[in-house]
Amino acid sequence: MSKLSDVRRPTERPDRSRIRRYGSAFGRFWWEFLVGDTPELLVGAVLAVGVVALLAHHGVGRAVTVTLMPVLVIALLGASVRRAQRAGRRPPPGA
Amino acid sequence: MNSATFVLLASVFLASSVEMVEALTIVVAVGVTRGWRSALEGVAAALVTLAALVAAIGPALVHYVPLSGLRIAVGGLLLVFGLQWLRKAVLRAAGLKDKHDEDAIFTEHVAELSGRTTVSSGRDPTAFAVAFKGVFLEGLEVVVIVLTLGVTAHRLGLAAAAAGAAVVVVGIVGAVVSRQLAGVPENAMKMAVAVMLVSFGTFWAGEGVGVRWPGSDLAIPVLVAVYAAVTLATVTLARRDRRAGVEVV
Repeated sequence: MSKLSDVRRPTERPDRSRIRRYGSAFGRFWWEFLVGDTPELLVGAVLAVGVVALLAHHGVGRAVTVTLMPVLVIALLGASVRRAQRAGRRPPPGA
Repeated sequence: MNSATFVLLASVFLASSVEMVEALTIVVAVGVTRGWRSALEGVAAALVTLAALVAAIGPALVHYVPLSGLRIAVGGLLLVFGLQWLRKAVLRAAGLKDKHDEDAIFTEHVAELSGRTTVSSGRDPTAFAVAFKGVFLEGLEVVVIVLTLGVTAHRLGLAAAAAGAAVVVVGIVGAVVSRQLAGVPENAMKMAVAVMLVSFGTFWAGEGVGVRWPGSDLAIPVLVAVYAAVTLATVTLARRDRRAGVEVV
């Protein structure tokens, strides 16, 4: 049985490949924009906001949430810079 | 003008300036090697497209997305984006990563474009496409900053005007200094913008999840000051580590 997807008119191909190309370029832009070579920043930011949201939701004192938010952000920056330094310290593969 | 509005204006203006310097390097390389007409047409087309994006998406965000959700999303986005810039700026300031070299980028583009066939008359598609792509891609980051900061602070028009002013200023300066773009203190500007983006990100994401900042908007300049101090301290520590022989590729 022939599959319908296998029966393509020649005129459909350029359109589909163009859509796929634009789609993948769009996805690549956002991946590079949000993740790039620092996935820890995206994960860390989401976790930091999540933790503060949880504490605020459970009525933890205002002083705690106000202080914790920037502290988590600073810790995140420090951890990411450290990670870059450690990556620089590692010998190149095969060395 | 209150302090939060000032910080917003400064953030958008500086971020736009940094991105436009990068775009200008490409445009000048295209203009010098392939001719200015098609390069400038590419720039104009990209700027119109970017302005249309802001005009189309901005009001839609304001009208259809609930404010608290918008603040969390925008704050989170600014946090991630700002931290990426800040990390890179810290590593460059500490000498652990190569600085963005506009001269090298210019030379690279000139060499690449010189090798392609030239068009004797009419529009040069290569020049148009390269100039358009350069301005559009660099401008997309500006669009994200204008939309996120402008919409959340209910100052979309002001944010767009600040970005437009940066385009004009960088354009004028670019026309005067032309190929001396390497003299622009890009990393320092990027670091300042990153500190502001992280501050806004912290503030908006915090507000979105229920943090009640003391002094409301006045907390933003305080966050800027705290993050600036931490950034300088991080640069100092990273420099000290560098002296111990650490290098980032």
